[in-house]
Amino acid sequence: MSAPLGVLWLQSGGCGGCTMSLLNAESPELPGLLDAAGLRLIWHPSLSEASGDEVVSCLERLERGDEPLDLLCVEGALLRGPNGSGRFHLLSGTDRPMIDWVQSLAARARCVVAMGTCAAYGGITAGADNPTDACGLQYEGVHPGGLLGADFRAVGGLPVVNIAGCPIHPNWVGETLAALALGALVESDLDPYQRPRMFYDHLVHHGCPRNEFYEYKASALEHSDLGCLMEHLGCLGTQAHADCNTRLWNGQGSCTRGGYACINCTAPEFEEPGHGFQQTPSVAGIPVGLPTDMPKAWFVALASLSKAATPQRLRLNATADHLVVPPSVRHTRQR
Amino acid sequence: MARLVVGPFNRVEGDLEVRLDVVDGQVREAHVVSPLYRGFEQILQGKDPLDSLVIVPRICGICSVSQSVAAASALAQAQGLSMPPNGERAVNLILACENLADHLTHFYLFFMPDLAREIYADEPWYPALAERFRAGSGVAAREFTAARARLLHLMGFLAGKWPHSLSLQPGGSTRAVQPQERVRLLMILGGFRRFLEERTYGDRLETIAGLSSRRALLEWRDQAPSGTGDLRQFLAVADRLGLDRLGRATDRFMSFGGFPLGESRLFRRGVWSDGVRDLDEGTIAEDLSHSWMLGGAEPLHPSAGSTLPLMEKEGAYSWCKAPRLNGQVIEVGALARQLIDGQPLVRELVGHSGGNVANRVIARLIESARLLIAMEEWVRQLCPGEPFCASGPLPEETQGVGLIEAARGSLGHWLRVRNGRILNYQIVAPTTWNFSPRDRNQVPGALEQALVGAPVRPGERTPVSVQHIVRSFDPCMVCTVH
Repeated sequence: MSAPLGVLWLQSGGCGGCTMSLLNAESPELPGLLDAAGLRLIWHPSLSEASGDEVVSCLERLERGDEPLDLLCVEGALLRGPNGSGRFHLLSGTDRPMIDWVQSLAARARCVVAMGTCAAYGGITAGADNPTDACGLQYEGVHPGGLLGADFRAVGGLPVVNIAGCPIHPNWVGETLAALALGALVESDLDPYQRPRMFYDHLVHHGCPRNEFYEYKASALEHSDLGCLMEHLGCLGTQAHADCNTRLWNGQGSCTRGGYACINCTAPEFEEPGHGFQQTPSVAGIPVGLPTDMPKAWFVALASLSKAATPQRLRLNATADHLVVPPSVRHTRQR
Repeated sequence: MARLVVGPFNRVEGDLEVRLDVVDGQVREAHVVSPLYRGFEQILQGKDPLDSLVIVPRICGICSVSQSVAAASALAQAQGLSMPPNGERAVNLILACENLADHLTHFYLFFMPDLAREIYADEPWYPALAERFRAGSGVAAREFTAARARLLHLMGFLAGKWPHSLSLQPGGSTRAVQPQERVRLLMILGGFRRFLEERTYGDRLETIAGLSSRRALLEWRDQAPSGTGDLRQFLAVADRLGLDRLGRATDRFMSFGGFPLGESRLFRRGVWSDGVRDLDEGTIAEDLSHSWMLGGAEPLHPSAGSTLPLMEKEGAYSWCKAPRLNGQVIEVGALARQLIDGQPLVRELVGHSGGNVANRVIARLIESARLLIAMEEWVRQLCPGEPFCASGPLPEETQGVGLIEAARGSLGHWLRVRNGRILNYQIVAPTTWNFSPRDRNQVPGALEQALVGAPVRPGERTPVSVQHIVRSFDPCMVCTVH
């Protein structure tokens, strides 16, 4: 077995929620996950003992190349403001902008991983008119570039690997890092936004327990209703790339299982949907955002047909917060 | 005199720098710097008010639900909406789950590893403590992380996920609990009770919550060997190191009161200054004199406040503002909450030695026991089939205030709506109170005061006593400046 890969984790213009989500890892839980993935923490802001001067000397060693840096993980957006100075985040104890540290360390790293949508594309920190001039490591919203530039390649040859999500699922992190440690992740395994396809070639819609309501367009009208959240409550699950409803969160959860809309948090620019997050913009009753790969004419035709065919059970349950009509028990032999 | 610049300060949420002037082996003066600004209040301006429910939890990954509950509460006031009893219980459960997980995360992952540092290697208690709490290799962190992940299954059920849920709405919770799920929730809590009783306390939760005096605590500590439960181990070490003489701040405390239950609440609201007094929210004002913020000379109430960054400013040294209550520095957190609520042990501890490192840690663990007991009761009270969420329109012109207790203390959101959009949204977070810079009267913030007198050993550049004091507040820097 080869030596474990050294991981440096830095946080900048984000909330720390991706680290908190990583702590939710199970089978194995976090310390075991690192071992199983073949990783060793050089330093992590929430988990390591080293503080203050010990950390600064560690970063300096890595920057000089005195100690190898296998994986550089960055959580949070990169803050370029004010006026390009990067001084909205000076790494404490160093009087030096975090963007400067990240650029310098990224040049040494065998692989650079963006932990979460902020580090990947800018995320919520880049919302509204982006007061801190926040961007991702290699993207600014949907546009390639970001802090490191579109042409950046880490020493190992890969562009930045974007584990998108707000927050990220702990298994996305564990499995990506393990794949990198095994040398089992190559550029063609990444989708057009540089997300590992193994998690993001799924839609949040897949495995959503509201799918039967969706099929018949039996829609929830108010929060806590059981019906489909797409028509009225802003759900983007049919368009959002992630395996949330088959992988599940904190045991048995997901956004739609929690009764609220998927807001497509794995996508660049999710923070500015152009409408209220919990509203579905529509034209003549047809949602503007259609399910992925679905031609509009077919959607309209199927929606009107399925609405006409909605069983009473789904129609009534859709606007209730608990089961009011159970599925009928058929007394004939199943065929 | 020596000047130490301490940072990056880890095992706090977010980034923190502490500047110390050291004379004769003691901190003479401290400046606390919050070095990261993201601009949430600017981002919120002009948005659909309900979008705040998506945006504010992302201020902080560790107090995410607390931010959501404060926003939902401000919106509820703006809408004139009240929650059905099930909604109240579900929201209480979700918030209590976050606070409980945060308190224990602080204890196991953030605070205790400092006692397992090499600097204490010669102490007789060191080998046992280091085996259990050393960062990276300690057994306790592994056990706790697993128990915490299982506790947060409650979030999977009630909030979809944690952090960053959208289940918390002004009218209640989007997730109605079904009958069989109530049983499942009790079992999740039962699992965490077992961890707490076997590992953290070495005793029943009810015994811990019922400790009624300092004497009772000391007797309880001596009833069993110090390895019986992590609290006992902490108490023994705290005694040896004199942690009850370290990190005293102003001894003025505040709590917005926690967990509404109809007309009452689980934890009482008030201010402590040699006794409990009524809290007048109207006397909160934010002083910008030492913050990199544009603003007038007069401190403003948050409802009239602004957040406009200004890097070039004479005398400023932090992105953090300096909130004051009636002009005075205030400490918030579990210690404040339990003190003001009247938990008898915490009352006595503060009466005996004030707010300090040991008492802050003890109060958090007392509160944790109380929280889990309350959570079990709220689950039993859930009534599947009855509503979990009310709804109502949002007026085009309105305002609301959300005052809640996050794990780390009092969190306030002040919202003004005009033409159906957010005109102003100001947030004062717990660590904004605790880690504020100086105000225009040059009065240092709570941590800045608590650090004065901290011992610095020869050659120390990141003094361990300073680390104990800073982490005893369980700071959340991403909330502090947002």
